[in-house]
Amino acid sequence: MKSPIRSLATLALLIFTAAVPAALAIDAAKSTVTATFRQMNVPVDGEFTKLAGSISFDPAHPEAASARIEIETAGFDLGMDDYNAEVRKPEWFDSARHPKASFVSSGFKALGADRYLASGKLSIKGKTIAISLPVTVRREAAVTVFEGSLPVSREAFGIGDPGWNEVLDDSVSLRFHLVQPR
Amino acid sequence: MPPRYTPAAVGLHWLIALLIAGGFGLGWYMTELPLSPAKLKYYAWHKWIGVSVFLLAVLRVGWRLAHPPPPLPAGMPYWQLRASAWSHALLYLMIFLLPLSGWLYSSASGYPVVYLGVLRLPDLVGKNKELAGLLHELHELLGWLLLGLLALHIAAALKHHFLDRDGLMGRMWFGR
Ligand code: HEM
Ligand code: HEM
Repeated sequence: MKSPIRSLATLALLIFTAAVPAALAIDAAKSTVTATFRQMNVPVDGEFTKLAGSISFDPAHPEAASARIEIETAGFDLGMDDYNAEVRKPEWFDSARHPKASFVSSGFKALGADRYLASGKLSIKGKTIAISLPVTVRREAAVTVFEGSLPVSREAFGIGDPGWNEVLDDSVSLRFHLVQPR
Repeated sequence: MPPRYTPAAVGLHWLIALLIAGGFGLGWYMTELPLSPAKLKYYAWHKWIGVSVFLLAVLRVGWRLAHPPPPLPAGMPYWQLRASAWSHALLYLMIFLLPLSGWLYSSASGYPVVYLGVLRLPDLVGKNKELAGLLHELHELLGWLLLGLLALHIAAALKHHFLDRDGLMGRMWFGR
């Protein structure tokens, strides 16, 4: 015979999972996260080639949305080997001690049409900063696409050898295009 | 007094020669340096010098079309006339192709060219690693070709000056 407590617990779990949409993994192969920095006014793109994450989002309940995106800093690709080796050093991402950067969101606010404001915590190199950023959500045939960008201060996260500040802007523009199969 | 090039032609010839010397010097030096902020600066300067050469080359050819060079001394052997016509044509070609190959290489590497840090030039091709590798080799190869041509060019200039003493050198200088 089933114990009533177990039945109740199962019921509660069922209600809970029905109310909060399940977090679905993003398709890392189709998703991109790009950082554009400016060196002597020249915009240069680098791509984070190793990412993973899941997003739970229901347009009817944006406030209940949640997202967790993780990036391996050692996967940052600037297209040149010596640059790639440089940015993994302790002065920059310190990939050996801080292999991962993450964004964890705990709710979207509807801004009208397909636009939302996602708030959450951005963690890079062991530092966590609360941020909110605009996100566009597009539902396509078989996938949902989350897109947006935000400026990130290198100094705020302690990324960069100060000797480089003369040729490299502090602000880096982070752009993301996350594809989530449905 | 033999005829000479116009002061504008002379000015452009030597200004371009000076910039190209700087471009080679920086090009060799900067590529040997380990990655550093200074290295990035030298790369930027190298590109600015190269783009300046390109712009001056456009001016120079425009000026040249409107101002034919002074006639060469009568009695010059036919082969020398041909050699001078061809080497000068190739030199003109190189002062376009070398900067252009550098610009193409930058674009293919994903680094836009921002002239003097203010004027963003259009990307000539999209980012493409394999193409960038080829264009890098082309840029180096064209550099060696230009150096070869210059060796001939300078040797010819010195021959006319010291052996023939025909005053050709003075044609490419300012004078009364
Ligand atoms: C980057 C370096 C140089 C380039 C691209 C270059 C290119 C040229 C070109 C295209 C001409 C032909 C002008 C015309 O008839 O339209 C010319 C003429 C001349 N160049 Fe150069 N040159 C360079 C360096 C030099 C140097 C280092 C010397 C001296 C040693 C030199 C001496 C001359 C002389 C004397 C003439 C005039 C020839 C004549 O009287 O017809 N050039 N140069
Ligand atoms: C007068 C024109 C130019 C000359 C004489 C010149 C010459 C050279 C030389 C000798 C090198 C070294 C080759 C090597 O070892 O890799 C070099 C490298 C380079 N040049 Fe130029 N160049 C010129 C114009 C340009 C322009 C206009 C650009 C770009 C807009 C450019 C971009 C580069 C780059 C990015 C490298 C570095 C390649 C590497 O990292 O190995 N150059 N150039």
